[in-house]
Amino acid sequence: MKKDIIKLKRTPKITSTYSVVGHLEKEGPLGEFFDEYSHDDKFGKDSWEKAESEMQKRALSGALKKSGFIDTEIDTLLAGDLLNQCVGSNYGLSSFDTGYLGLYGACSTCSEGLLIGSCLYGGGIVNNCAVVTSSHYCSSERQFRFPLEYGGQRTPTAQWTTTGAGAFILSENGRVEISEVMIGKVIDKGIKDISNMGAAMAPAAINTLKRFFLESEHSPDFFDLIVTGDLGYEGSEILKELLLSEGIDIRKNHVDCGLMVFDREGQDVHAGGSGCGCSAVVMASDIVPNLECGILKNVLFLGTGALMSPMSLSQGGSIPAVAHLVRLSSLVK
Amino acid sequence: MNEKEYTEYVEKRAKKSPILKNCLFAFLFGGGICTLGQGFFHLYTYLGLEETDARTLVSITLIFIASLLTGLGVFDNIAKIAGAGTLVPITGFSNAVSSQAIDTKSEGYVLGVGAKIFTIAGPVILYGTFTGVIYGVIYYIATLIWG
Repeated sequence: MKKDIIKLKRTPKITSTYSVVGHLEKEGPLGEFFDEYSHDDKFGKDSWEKAESEMQKRALSGALKKSGFIDTEIDTLLAGDLLNQCVGSNYGLSSFDTGYLGLYGACSTCSEGLLIGSCLYGGGIVNNCAVVTSSHYCSSERQFRFPLEYGGQRTPTAQWTTTGAGAFILSENGRVEISEVMIGKVIDKGIKDISNMGAAMAPAAINTLKRFFLESEHSPDFFDLIVTGDLGYEGSEILKELLLSEGIDIRKNHVDCGLMVFDREGQDVHAGGSGCGCSAVVMASDIVPNLECGILKNVLFLGTGALMSPMSLSQGGSIPAVAHLVRLSSLVK
Repeated sequence: MNEKEYTEYVEKRAKKSPILKNCLFAFLFGGGICTLGQGFFHLYTYLGLEETDARTLVSITLIFIASLLTGLGVFDNIAKIAGAGTLVPITGFSNAVSSQAIDTKSEGYVLGVGAKIFTIAGPVILYGTFTGVIYGVIYYIATLIWG
């Protein structure tokens, strides 16, 4: 039988992480855990897109510094963002003397990067690699929705793009291991509402988790946390409800980065955070450090991405989504 | 669950926007803006302007105020509460144009502001003009028939 879970024989370790965020994220529940923030969301640049690139640059510089590596020691950079042609990453990382692979998995890019990086390491192709992803509220609004100062109302299911970049260094050194990964399938359940991305992405997460638990020797209870990327309130509720109807109960250990990064009510972000910076900064600042010190032992991380474009939506298309899974384990006894 | 069932399930469980509250605020803010316009109209006629000139100047004043508030970054905060109250009067049109102008400035004055300023307001301009033409033709034919 075809196996969907990729079990890595040579397992990479997360050597270091680094997170850079904007002011709203800094004011959120995880504020104190982020490595760096800028009160000015333009990060000293003259456009939002350049600001996003700057965040990526700072995130990778920070992660490299923490790991003790220099850029020439990194074999491959795996990076992505939400902007057309991934310019956030292309411009932000051009100063590093390292092989570069640009990725687009929308908000699943962080897990996609960790997945590909782990496979490259697992196959012995690279020894050290870096994963960097970002999103910026302002550059995303411009590209996918309306001008920033446009006066409109959001629906309760709408999410708020996280301003932030997260970087991860994978190598043989570290206290957190990536042992298994699973590539997501593109799932399209016909949702067309750009203001309800959680509902568009939840079926992809359900698909991946169902396949994982069908094949895995572990039940959902084995994991301290099952972390989804940015399903927000609406998507998380759908995920838990529909999985339960299939006999998979993740109500006790499910958390969503979109619900962790902001105080949903207090910060008026409606259904929660989103963007490929969302899961990146939450993983880099909270989940991985908790694995590093042994508070968490086993974690499943599912980055969820909505793969539409403004053009496909204008043409009446629905929102396809994907969810890639990465299993993280603490090596601390 | 097939696509249709899932879409129905999602729509059913999604929390709806508070329509009654939104309508009330739209009524209050929209009414407020119109009252403000009426106030300007009285002011301009009091200052000696003809009624037609005063009406034009009222529109210009409201457009200016909405653009100024957009530039100051205040308009979207008001519109978040007011909704259609700020969107429907000429203030919404003004905001749609000026917010796009601010946003596209980083791409330059030709390819940015010049090319994209009417991205949101464009349909209103195009179909507004088009409807005007149709109305004009009907009006012309009607006057030919009924004098």
